[in-house]
Amino acid sequence: MTAVLPPLLAQTLPDPSQATGSAEFWVFILVGAVSVGSALAMVLMRNPVHAALMLVVNFFTLAVLYAVLEAQFLAAVQVIVYAGAIMVLFLFVLMLIGVRREPRFSGSRIPAQGPIAVILGLLLVAALGYGIASPYMTGASACTPDAATAEAGDEARPCSGLVEANADGNTEGVGQLLFTRYVWPFEVTSVLLVIAAVGVMVIGRKREDRSELVDRTPAVVGAAAAAAEPEPAAAPAADDAEEGSAT
Amino acid sequence: MIVPAGWYLLLAAVLFSIGVVGVLARRNLIVMFMCIELMLNSVNLTLIAFSRINGTLDGQVLSFFVMVVAAAEVTVGLALIVNLFRLKASVDADDVDTLRS
Repeated sequence: MTAVLPPLLAQTLPDPSQATGSAEFWVFILVGAVSVGSALAMVLMRNPVHAALMLVVNFFTLAVLYAVLEAQFLAAVQVIVYAGAIMVLFLFVLMLIGVRREPRFSGSRIPAQGPIAVILGLLLVAALGYGIASPYMTGASACTPDAATAEAGDEARPCSGLVEANADGNTEGVGQLLFTRYVWPFEVTSVLLVIAAVGVMVIGRKREDRSELVDRTPAVVGAAAAAAEPEPAAAPAADDAEEGSAT
Repeated sequence: MIVPAGWYLLLAAVLFSIGVVGVLARRNLIVMFMCIELMLNSVNLTLIAFSRINGTLDGQVLSFFVMVVAAAEVTVGLALIVNLFRLKASVDADDVDTLRS
């Protein structure tokens, strides 16, 4: 009963070089396939609500991948902020403005826009894969690049990962960095959030008719009537106002 | 079976490109916006993968900042879309062509 199952994920081991990595492999294959599939489905779905739900699936798969990559705090934040708050906001706006099934790629002004976009996307995959991913294709998962071992062609170097940085716990580590080295960006972030909140309130308020914005208190109405007088009558009033302000 | 770190980076590149294709090909503003979210998330995955490659937490902190900025961006963008819908009664990107005529 007390037999301890061998941990298969590298981050569950005290010494990650002992990890077989098979669990990480299968998690990556399954979750990565679901992730790519849900992303493709999101682009291809005609109904925007279905696209939003596919995006929720994609966010959950990314949260799993974050957890596998030893970013447990960000995995939780991903579920809470993205899959929770942001997607609710998206669905709210979708329901607010009404949902309509629409043609998938047709109806655009540029001819063959969809095929061109797909070709450009494939080119982008090739470029990004060659430029970013290919240098890290060999070797164990996520190890500190060591020039000596890399030049020696040692592909089975032990995986250090984030074990040292996560020694006190991932949340503690991230929080410690956030409030020491990155405290100024953190403060600027709070300013950004306030600006965004105020800006959204300004943008999103209901636009009234311009005529309803006139102040209808008697004094203001009288002044407006005086200003609406024909020019000869309005000119002396303006002079009076200038004199009044000068003295 | 060991998962090389490049696989995560390749997955992130694929997700980013799907987002780019969505922005280029779809005409619904909200779906385009969701594709932008997908691109931001794939960049987060890249940052976290590099964080593990380098054995430091700085990438995770940067990814956290990206999430905060994305939250602010979503609120502003959706408010703009709602305003545009009030103005044009449509969320089709091709209908917003006042400068074109």
